[in-house]
Amino acid sequence: MQQVKPLFKREFAGYFRSPVAYVFSVVFLASAAILTFFPGQFFESNEASLRTLFQFFPWIFLLMAPAICMRLWAEEKRSGTWELLFTLPLTTVEAVLGKFLAAWAFFTIAILLTFPMVVTVAYLGTPDWGPIFTGYLGAILMGGSYLAICSLASALTRNQVIAFVLSFLICLVLLFLGIGLVNDLMGTLLPWWLAEGISQFSFLSRYEALMIGLLPVGDILFFILLGLFALATTVLVLER
Amino acid sequence: MSKEILPQNELIRVGGLTKDFGPFRAVNAVSFGVRKGEILGFLGPNGAGKSTTMKILTGFIPATAGEAWVEGFSVQKDSLETRRRIGYLPESSPAYPEMTVEEFLLFVAECRRINPRKNRQKRVEEILSLCFLQDVRKQTIDTLSKGYKQRVGFAQAVIHDPPVLVLDEPTDGLDPNQKQEVRKIITGMAKEKAIILSTHILEEVEALCSRLIIIDRGKILVDETPAEFRQRHEQHNRFRIGIEGIEISEAAAKLKKQDFAGSVATEGQTLLVKAPGRESIESALLKFCQQEQWSLKSFRKESGRLDEVFRQLTNPQA
Repeated sequence: MQQVKPLFKREFAGYFRSPVAYVFSVVFLASAAILTFFPGQFFESNEASLRTLFQFFPWIFLLMAPAICMRLWAEEKRSGTWELLFTLPLTTVEAVLGKFLAAWAFFTIAILLTFPMVVTVAYLGTPDWGPIFTGYLGAILMGGSYLAICSLASALTRNQVIAFVLSFLICLVLLFLGIGLVNDLMGTLLPWWLAEGISQFSFLSRYEALMIGLLPVGDILFFILLGLFALATTVLVLER
Repeated sequence: MSKEILPQNELIRVGGLTKDFGPFRAVNAVSFGVRKGEILGFLGPNGAGKSTTMKILTGFIPATAGEAWVEGFSVQKDSLETRRRIGYLPESSPAYPEMTVEEFLLFVAECRRINPRKNRQKRVEEILSLCFLQDVRKQTIDTLSKGYKQRVGFAQAVIHDPPVLVLDEPTDGLDPNQKQEVRKIITGMAKEKAIILSTHILEEVEALCSRLIIIDRGKILVDETPAEFRQRHEQHNRFRIGIEGIEISEAAAKLKKQDFAGSVATEGQTLLVKAPGRESIESALLKFCQQEQWSLKSFRKESGRLDEVFRQLTNPQA
């Protein structure tokens, strides 16, 4: 596992070698702020909490995670550098982990850059710090699952656009499973136990409890296991 | 970890290697060995299976059947051990375009576990000067010309001083001077290593390789030294003798009676004498001309051109 380090370093620095990091951060923070203040009615809600911010995270991630991961493997395949990578003395697990952790670290930094919102609520009122902490923790974990899924999609193709669309679609499905309307529809079409089972896979409902300050073990495990499953599948895909 | 004892300082051994891509058999039961100090030239038309063989040997793709060993380690079973011992320059030398030359080499050195950092830095310094890359060390790879890019690929392949080098078209796209430089570097380090290189250029095989393998449609056609290969040419060991003062047909008739002359033909006032075997008949021929007191206008030994032999072998219709 010691060979994760050089790969992590290279990939992480890679975000800052190109405009990707800066464009990404600006778009991420701007969309988070705009959604929170306008449709989220941050001020009108008159609450010293970040619930309005957190509730938009699953939707912002839906675009941002595929954007950050689409090049992860697709670009390596297109440019042929994966031939170099996989003839170096490192395992596929190390390569997948190194790249994923770099993407996750960068994503986490972007999430934490929303800290001015924390300062704002602290300045305007006396916030309950519990939900803010669990909300951020949940966002980072959920981000990890998103990124792992997007890394898998990227490993399936050598075309970044296809990687983006594929990631987007998988994440969209996982998001929609938690929407009431979709649940009701599935309830009428499928046996109740199946509909219930499928709705357990939703990002939205899994994030719900973390957003309001709880630390549900099941939901945290869900994000971790989903992420690990996607990463393990990525390894299998790359090893053919 | 299983270790095979390879015969006679063989660093590379490939046995019955076969690779199918769907119904297409890209490599068909290829076997060969490469000893320390040898430079093996891999020749063949495009799509013959050269690159595929190299990709299997370096552990990038698995073989359908057969085995390959590097310093006694199996490529399939001890992939990490074999990859540590190989330096590989893939075709068209891929590299991360957004990194500078120095960053890229440091990255490869770290993946190759050249530790600690101080040694890594030192080794990259050495390699930069060995491959004439000092001028561009701070440049990002996407700004480099093809020649420099190729040298960066070569530099990353030798950074850990591996006992085995696999180079897929190392001089492709270089100008004649750069080709010469890369060849010099390769021959310079050949003594301590086993090197396989693929190429389209036959003169390169002559200049560099101690042995050559011709592969076509996945099969090995030829495995011999460049000198032996040259003898396959029909004009090999043929002499052109221009004479004066004697009827050419008379001279040809006299020569035909000699044992050393395999076949004799005429072309104007020139005799074309071919040896029956592979041994040179130069001295016997000269002696005979002296005895007969022919006055010679010219005396020239012809030797087969490699590219003509290559064409005959790989494209029998032409």
